Amino acid sequence: MGMAAEPQFHVLAVDDSLFDRKLIERLLQKASCQVTTVDSGYKALEFLGLREGVESNDPDAVSTSPEIHQEVEVNLIITDYCMPGMTGYDLLKKVKESSAFKNMPVVIMSSENVPARISRCLEEGAEEFFLKPVRLADLNKLKPLMMKTKLKKQKLEEIEKTSKDENGTVAAVEPEVKILPLQSELEPKQVHLQVVQEEQTLSSNKRKSMEEGLSTDRSRPRFEGITTAV
Amino acid sequence: MDALVAQLQMQYRNYTASLYQQGFLDDQFTELKKLQDDASPDFVAEVLSLFFEDCVKLIGNMARALDQTGTVDFSQVGASVHQLKGSSSSVGAKRVKGLCVTFKEYCEANNYEGCVRCLQQIDIEYKALKTKLQDMFNLEKQIVQAGGKVPQVDN
Repeated sequence: MGMAAEPQFHVLAVDDSLFDRKLIERLLQKASCQVTTVDSGYKALEFLGLREGVESNDPDAVSTSPEIHQEVEVNLIITDYCMPGMTGYDLLKKVKESSAFKNMPVVIMSSENVPARISRCLEEGAEEFFLKPVRLADLNKLKPLMMKTKLKKQKLEEIEKTSKDENGTVAAVEPEVKILPLQSELEPKQVHLQVVQEEQTLSSNKRKSMEEGLSTDRSRPRFEGITTAV
Repeated sequence: MDALVAQLQMQYRNYTASLYQQGFLDDQFTELKKLQDDASPDFVAEVLSLFFEDCVKLIGNMARALDQTGTVDFSQVGASVHQLKGSSSSVGAKRVKGLCVTFKEYCEANNYEGCVRCLQQIDIEYKALKTKLQDMFNLEKQIVQAGGKVPQVDN
């Protein structure tokens, strides 16, 4: 295990204690994540390009419009619960209320085991609630979650791009798109669009059907201008 | 050379094991050591150093809060105790953490004498831990200087 894997996930860690920040940073690095730490919920929102109630086009804001935030891609937010000013719960709410980040996984950490607190956070949309001290094993649990969110995001971007290329307009993207069954959901949609670069579609669909285990022959008839709903 | 290394390593093993046995350290300390590697070779020492700084600062806060002639703000004391409880727990400083638990109860009960007692004990305890860990790190240094590797000692 000598090879340092390239960090795949970027985690934003929020904690007002320097001590805890140092710990969570090391834990996340050890779990092969890229880490950014901030010491308050406000700074976290700034980092994400959101501010108190403002999905900002405010020229005075630290970051600018929501589109820019995509350059600093964050796959997960992990935050302490007890913080002065904005608690982890408040931060969770703000993130989930934003249109840009409502699907961002948020994990809450706390040194206190208060069941009411835990259920409140989970009900508000927190993915997980960790009791401090957090351990490596806890963080490793998060990886499948981050992977799924990252893949989902990539897929959505891919769809947008493909639709734009073929039609000049962005096709409506289903918010509830799943990853694995996605291929079959996608294909009918592409069929309905006027496929200009048929070969490109064909080959990409060929790839997809191969992945699905279907023979390429079977897939070809579907896409020769036949617009049958599958 | 090898005999020296072997002897130092045995000393180190015994010493570290005793720290766990005597309740100075718990398995969270073991978890901390897992986070140390070639990329972060001094991680444990750095974290402990931060912890002891925290101790000094927070104990100072508690002492000042308890020193108010007149009404003591127990919630203020409690806030510092809460912080110390958190960091001692994260570091594996078992005895300090245990004392913080008791201390917190005294704060909540507004028990002045209990708080003062706890404060004194915590002061003694963190200093004792600091000395013990210093000895442990010194042994590690000696092993490395003698050309050996520091053995893995868990609980």
